[in-house]
Amino acid sequence: MASRKPFYLLVGLLIIAGISLSLHRHYTYDIPWLPGEKRQTWSIEAKVEFEATGGEVLASLAIPSTQPGFTQLSQHTASPGYGLAYTEKENGGQRAEWSIRQARGEQALYYRVDMLLDPYAVPPKPSQPPELKVNIEKEPYATAAKQLLDRAQERSSTPFTLARELILEFQNQTQNAELLAQLKPQINWVVQLLQQAGVPARAVHALALEDGRRRQELIDYIQVFDGEEYKLFNPESGEQGRPDNLLLWEYHSGPVLEVIGGRNSMVTFSMIEQEQPFSVALNQKFSESELLNFSLYTLPLEEQTLFKGILLIPVGVLVVVLMRILVGIKTSGTFMPVLIALAFIQTSLLTGLIGFLLIVGMGLMIRSYLSYLNLLLVARISAVIIMVIGMIALFSIIAYKLGLTEGMKVTFFPMIILAWTIERMSILWEEEGPHQVVIQGGGSLLVAVLAYLAMNNELIRHLTFNYLGLQLVLMALVLMAGNYTGYRLLELKRFKPMVEDK
Amino acid sequence: MSGPLLNWFKEIRERYVHPSKLAKKGVLGMNRRNISYISRYNPRRLYPLVDDKLQTKRMVLEAGITAPDLLGVIREQHEVNDLGKLIADIPGFCIKPAHGSGGKGIMVITRRDDLGYHKTNGQIASIGDLERHVSNILAGLFSLGGRADVAIIESLIEFDDCFTGYTYEGVPDTRVIVFKGFPVMAMMRLSTSDSNGKANLHQGAVGVGLDIGDGSAVRAVQFDRPILLHPDTGTNLLSLQVPHWEQLLTLAASCYEMSGLGYLGTDIVLDRQKGPMLLELNARPGLSIQVANGEGLVPRLRQIEALGNKHKMNVAQRVAYAREHFSRKH
Repeated sequence: MASRKPFYLLVGLLIIAGISLSLHRHYTYDIPWLPGEKRQTWSIEAKVEFEATGGEVLASLAIPSTQPGFTQLSQHTASPGYGLAYTEKENGGQRAEWSIRQARGEQALYYRVDMLLDPYAVPPKPSQPPELKVNIEKEPYATAAKQLLDRAQERSSTPFTLARELILEFQNQTQNAELLAQLKPQINWVVQLLQQAGVPARAVHALALEDGRRRQELIDYIQVFDGEEYKLFNPESGEQGRPDNLLLWEYHSGPVLEVIGGRNSMVTFSMIEQEQPFSVALNQKFSESELLNFSLYTLPLEEQTLFKGILLIPVGVLVVVLMRILVGIKTSGTFMPVLIALAFIQTSLLTGLIGFLLIVGMGLMIRSYLSYLNLLLVARISAVIIMVIGMIALFSIIAYKLGLTEGMKVTFFPMIILAWTIERMSILWEEEGPHQVVIQGGGSLLVAVLAYLAMNNELIRHLTFNYLGLQLVLMALVLMAGNYTGYRLLELKRFKPMVEDK
Repeated sequence: MSGPLLNWFKEIRERYVHPSKLAKKGVLGMNRRNISYISRYNPRRLYPLVDDKLQTKRMVLEAGITAPDLLGVIREQHEVNDLGKLIADIPGFCIKPAHGSGGKGIMVITRRDDLGYHKTNGQIASIGDLERHVSNILAGLFSLGGRADVAIIESLIEFDDCFTGYTYEGVPDTRVIVFKGFPVMAMMRLSTSDSNGKANLHQGAVGVGLDIGDGSAVRAVQFDRPILLHPDTGTNLLSLQVPHWEQLLTLAASCYEMSGLGYLGTDIVLDRQKGPMLLELNARPGLSIQVANGEGLVPRLRQIEALGNKHKMNVAQRVAYAREHFSRKH
């Protein structure tokens, strides 16, 4: 028998290394063990993309500064070869300006800002209301607009109530609203009409912050002033006030992005919620990367978002390993439950379960018809994949029509995995009967739910992302499980009759 | 402790056995089988010999071991049309995938008449059904991991009448676990109506533990529970006695030299004319054989391991050793 010493040595080393790395991070960087002790900061990354035409390029992006609700911590840019300047316009708007003498082809410029969620944030200077200017519109637009404004004015008393009523009026007087919409978007009309009524207002561009989102775009809000004070209005619903986690990105009546010397320009945003101790957040420690600071916070945001998910997979895998080796649950496809659990994280558990059962159930029914067609395996699986896509589309549409936006989330399911699951279950059904389908399908689903519960746990999410060293501990646990020669839990039940009869 | 918790605890104690009791009985668990026996005694490179039934067949023919005749092999989809020709004047045959696992994809045709091909469970298949089955095999439906596969067509075994009454449809086969060339444990697998003519214990076939000494029944189980009578035919299972026992064990034990696998499951059937025949080899034999025998494998495996490699025994010596030491009758 080969000596197991090297094995236990390896496992021991992994555990010690993992724990000491974690301790080091805890004490040196003051990262809390529990997810509760944190200051919420948002890292937002703007990615400016355009196609340079070959000559000089000047790209100017509006950038946010400290504003009610958010304190700006730090900002960085990544733009190889470009010169960079932060400028302040006369209206108070901050801009990042990139310039280069010659550029050709696809260009990508990054701007990243860390914002601390801070109810006591003090803006550097009070917001300047925009200057009033009055546009003269031609008929029939002028009359339609006047009708809307008059009705709103009748029912309002202050600038803020006027703004709210005006937005509502656009919903009530649909005919007028549609007519006006032919000329320019509704939000521009609301702003213009407010100006006309002597109320300073402008369209601002804001970002709805949601953890782990990528390729987001700005949404429009209306900022209405009453003297120094302002309020935000949702241009669709007329709702007043700043929603939680809404960051104003451009609020100085300027363009969000201007590119000279390029075309097809666009800007998209990725964002991630980070947990930083207040002191660290203020000291902006994370901007400097040190050798031992193995922090994912030094990566670009888009990758960080990705890693938040990836680092959870070992936890799911460990659940599968334990369930199979210690308990002995049968699953269809070794790591299928992990993939299903990942989908559950996106969809939330109940929606995910219902969606999964609906799709697999429907799939089994249609698949039983495919059996009669006598197809070759590859073609049949392909047919099942197309069928799964069709079902997902169908469910999404039905859910949308019924107003169940939750149902739209079925698109998060990995389709190829679903197709294989259906195929395997179907063969199992034909060969061993529905009983085995329930056992194996139920086993897979049970493991998937357990993996989901583990992976969706706030503490585990916090620990895996902040303490990379724990991955070594997970590795050690998996290795140890791989060396377990004892009985499985279900074997204790299975072999029970052997012990009974004597 | 509160009431419901106590009840739950009691229920757990009723339904699960304490691991130390199993260990005392020497029951081999799945994890230990994988780590201590399969991965230690079965070199990975030899797996294809048993996982690919076509290679097994060639090896068996070379070693001169009795096995069902190979009627033909279908390797490519376009050859499927020749299936009719291949089986034109053979009344009974068996189609199986070369890489099948757990008895999947095996179709046994006992006879044919104007209605079509009769399967063991009484269903009648058309030539179209057979071709579809072969297509499925080629596409890898029954193989591990869905790899492309080949279909093997074998002659049907005329199984010995001595088991009539013990089995319901299907072919009764004898599974012998051979460890380092010693037959350590044996059982007979009898199909039932529950198992749909298949000889897999987890599908409801009856397992009858056999005494290594003389091939007589020691215990019978279905769904892991002890039974006395065959659920369909009502025959007393404990009266079962496998004939040609010595010859059967010799056949099983000689598979060690042939395959090189140290921990091996051999499936043997008794043919009316040719006696014991090797049906297939298994590099990962299941654990149900312990339930059928009411005895754990570990003490016997340990005993063989304790012999060491010093004494080189030939097949006959190993069979004699096993019959002497592993029989319950002494």
